[in-house]
Amino acid sequence: MPDALLLIAAVSLPFIGAIIAGLLPTHARNAAAWLAGATTLVGLALVWAAYPTVAAGGVVRHASEWMPTLGLDFSLRMDGFAWLFAGMVSGVGGLVVVYARYYMAAEDPVPRFFAFLLAFMGSMTGMVLSGNLIQLVFFWEMTSLFSFLLIGYWHHTAAARDGARMALTVTATGGLCLFAGVLILGHIVGSYDLDRVLASGDLIRSHPLYLPALVLILLGALTKSAQFPFHFWLPHAMAAPTPVSAYLHSATLVKAGVFLMARLWPVMSGTEEWFWIVGSAGLATLLLGAYIAIFQHDLKGLLAYSTISHLGLITLLLGLNSELAMVAAIFHIINHAAFKASLFMAVGIIDHETGTRDIRRLSGLNRSMPFTARLALVAAAAMAGVPLLNGFLSKEMFFAEALSAQASSALFISVLPFAAMLASAFSVAYSLRFIHGAFFGPDPVGLPHTPHEPPAWMRFPVEILVLACIIIGVLPAAAVGPYLDMAAHSALGATTPEYSLAVWHGFNRPLMMSLTAMAVGFVLYLALQRHLLRGIDGPPVIRGLEGRRMFERTMVFLSWRLARTLEGLFGTRRLQPQLRLVVCVAIVAAALTVYIRVPGPGNLTPSDIDPVLALVWAIGAACALGTAWQAKFHRLAALILLGGTGLVVCVTFVWFSAPDLALTQLLVEVVTTVLLLLGLRWLPKRFDVPGSRASEAITMTRRLRDLAIAVTAGAGMAALAFSVMTRFPPELLAQHFLERAYSEGGGTNVVNVILVDFRGFDTLGEITVLGAVALTVYALLRRFRPAPDSVDIPEQQRDQSAYDIARPDRREGDTVADWLLIPAVLTRLLFPVICVVALFLLLRGHDLPGGGFSAGLTASIAIIIQYMVGGTQWAEARLRISPLRWIGVGLLLATGTGLAAWLFGRPFLTSYFAYADLPIIGEIPTASALIFDIGVFALVVGATVLMLIAIAHQSVRGHRATPRIVGTYPAPAKVPAPVPQQVPAGED
Amino acid sequence: MELILALGIGVLTGSGVWLLLRPRTFQVIIGLSLLSYAVNLFIFSTGGLRTGAAPVLEKGMAGDLALHADPVPQALVLTAIVIGFATTALFLVLLLAARGLTGTDHVDGKEQER
Repeated sequence: MPDALLLIAAVSLPFIGAIIAGLLPTHARNAAAWLAGATTLVGLALVWAAYPTVAAGGVVRHASEWMPTLGLDFSLRMDGFAWLFAGMVSGVGGLVVVYARYYMAAEDPVPRFFAFLLAFMGSMTGMVLSGNLIQLVFFWEMTSLFSFLLIGYWHHTAAARDGARMALTVTATGGLCLFAGVLILGHIVGSYDLDRVLASGDLIRSHPLYLPALVLILLGALTKSAQFPFHFWLPHAMAAPTPVSAYLHSATLVKAGVFLMARLWPVMSGTEEWFWIVGSAGLATLLLGAYIAIFQHDLKGLLAYSTISHLGLITLLLGLNSELAMVAAIFHIINHAAFKASLFMAVGIIDHETGTRDIRRLSGLNRSMPFTARLALVAAAAMAGVPLLNGFLSKEMFFAEALSAQASSALFISVLPFAAMLASAFSVAYSLRFIHGAFFGPDPVGLPHTPHEPPAWMRFPVEILVLACIIIGVLPAAAVGPYLDMAAHSALGATTPEYSLAVWHGFNRPLMMSLTAMAVGFVLYLALQRHLLRGIDGPPVIRGLEGRRMFERTMVFLSWRLARTLEGLFGTRRLQPQLRLVVCVAIVAAALTVYIRVPGPGNLTPSDIDPVLALVWAIGAACALGTAWQAKFHRLAALILLGGTGLVVCVTFVWFSAPDLALTQLLVEVVTTVLLLLGLRWLPKRFDVPGSRASEAITMTRRLRDLAIAVTAGAGMAALAFSVMTRFPPELLAQHFLERAYSEGGGTNVVNVILVDFRGFDTLGEITVLGAVALTVYALLRRFRPAPDSVDIPEQQRDQSAYDIARPDRREGDTVADWLLIPAVLTRLLFPVICVVALFLLLRGHDLPGGGFSAGLTASIAIIIQYMVGGTQWAEARLRISPLRWIGVGLLLATGTGLAAWLFGRPFLTSYFAYADLPIIGEIPTASALIFDIGVFALVVGATVLMLIAIAHQSVRGHRATPRIVGTYPAPAKVPAPVPQQVPAGED
Repeated sequence: MELILALGIGVLTGSGVWLLLRPRTFQVIIGLSLLSYAVNLFIFSTGGLRTGAAPVLEKGMAGDLALHADPVPQALVLTAIVIGFATTALFLVLLLAARGLTGTDHVDGKEQER
């Protein structure tokens, strides 16, 4: 099989399996188990298929482009070390699948379980096979996420939820640190490629950023591997179903941390910093975990702390900066996976068959489940390091390393052997407690279930693993020799030391230490009997030192107290202070920037003042001030003045050579005014009653303050604008576009060419926003409920109707219909004319002022004035507009033009132009940008009309006695009576 | 000329900010409109003020900055004008909906306690 396919299949297969498992029916337990089992077996076979290459010292690789501009490839890489891990992940995974089939109850949603398990397996495989660091972090975070889902599988229990959340918080935070660390590492090396990183050891260690990178990466690794002081999440993760614990805490999740440390060991270790951080974390964890494990009453809790302790051992070995210790660490990773997985499964069997895991309630299970008891006995003996079992061998290596460790600190060196022995004695004690407490002693009483042997297939994975423990323990060189050798060589390269995997090395000091530790552990267990029988929770001496409580306090502080305090200090629910703050910050920021960067006005001589424009702006300023003055009590007046200001802006655009802007501004001015006029009707009446104006000191102060802010902002903006205008404008971009507009864009109106061609992608984004806003407006108005005091028919219409009713020769509504008769006739006549103008603007847009935006606005004005003079119902009876379709067609056209470029192998939105020579009409420009512009046009028409009509429609609805939600709009209103609403006058 | 436009921008900004800080939603929406005029003019003015130099080329000729005004700020402002209309519409609808739900047109959705 080609390498690439093999690696890709190994990583993607579990994910595919996960998706299929997730799609199975909720209770398809067997189907899901078969699926998961098959997936895992294929995965294992794939890993085996790579063995010949890897065993020969080769590396199986695959790389495909991911983000070539960043020099980042999606790269998979399997060397001996990664092979070992991949094998463990799929091998133990397969056993866990078999076990889980029998462990999980039929009423649990088992397919979901297997889906998570497979996805987790895929993430783990992806992580160990990652050929670049960014990708490794990505899969690393995925393992955090899926372990969260697995731990929280029984999410109806609070313990599972809390445990899962804690695990995620700790490991994902560590993952973020790791990400930062990896970025620094990539910066140091100049590449994220693992091969290049692994070849740059000296560069990394001598770099000034070595320490930050190291600390951040170790934060990731130590949190993941539950090292002190981050160990506390692991015991709480025991709320997971036991197969999950057996998988996550033996071979996979927690091993990810040590995997990473071992992976980067050749390039990051060998320094004092490494030794102190990794070594002391490992030592502390080793001792603390083993000590606490003795006093656990929950069998799973005992195993959890034992796991922490063993991971501490591996970490300590990695921290010793010695190649032999590294080999021992890899060896112990394998051994620990074997005996710990089997022990977790044995505990699961006990739990499953008796209904409890509490050592205080269990006893004498040796008689009711003898076979399981023997399996557990062997596995526990391996955990305690009894000779002829695998745990013994790696522990011997550890002792040998503890004796020969080299470090600058004499104290550490002299303490290390004793610490190692003490931890080993502790592990003997807790292993004894595990076996003795559960399987020996009198028959148990009052258990939830009567204990008996489990189904044979549930015991099968345990048997396999225990068999592995024994074979490795008796024949280490034959059983794991080649694999260990391969892993060590690929991790260490040429510096791999000589080591011996023999069972018997003679009566040497490590053996003495082992025997002493066993004796001490045995005595310790006997001595602690009375204390343990009392059944007190928690370990003596350090009971108060609970990681969970500190974690929870930190979380409460961060997410509640600190947040509340900050909100109280800086937050407000009132808008005005917020806006005031925003404006003030903007003023200060602008002032600071100007102060630092640009002192004073520029050196361009201002052009002469034209009295006409001065007059225009005098009017403009007056309009603006008037708007500000009148906006509270005279909204209509303010609106008219606002329009005046807009016209002045429009004139300014014309004056200063921006015909396109002037055109657009003028048209937008029209639609904005119509829009706001439509809104006026729904606002409360507000009368300026003389004498009622608040004249209290506090209001005056507030106004003066706001006035000061406004004047400052205005003056600042004026100064800023003046100093900008008296400098030479930057030319580069302008010249670029001016030169290429015709030769490359095929149009003479440069602004339009920029919009539809050079920056077409921006325009596409902008019209999308426009469409989205229009849809939002429409959606919001569907559930619009006017305030009660605005529901009534306006006074003017009431009078008109009363007038009609009072006269026998008139029907109700006649006056309203006559009201704007002559403008209505004129407008109807103008409709086709305006449409032609819109078309004209659209077609000439590429060469002369015009274009999709202005044409679209023009067309929408043509439509909206029909509504204004004829009324909504009159217009809709005659004019069938589906603004939603216009929006859709516009977007499709614009996007389609962009996509069409792909057909010709060009980048998105590449435009094409040519002049078609038609008979009679002559030469006409046919640029693909025109189609794009037609899309813009359609969208602008649709969006504008949709918004305006949606608001106008409220008047029709508003007359109904009970404001209710209208179903389909723009279907014609079904109620026959309502009077067509004129443009609402701003009567208040 | 530059002075006139700068002063104009200043007045628009000042009026806009004043209205932005007022308590009624209608005042705020008008204030935002004024402010967007000011900002559009400001962005437009960064290209320099030129008369009789519209960025419309002769057919078949490459343009030159000596003859034509800077088209980049114009293109920016053109879409800004249209988007400005859209946001005004959105804000108007929001304020109408808020008024319908809360019964007041105060920006906080409730009258200020005095």
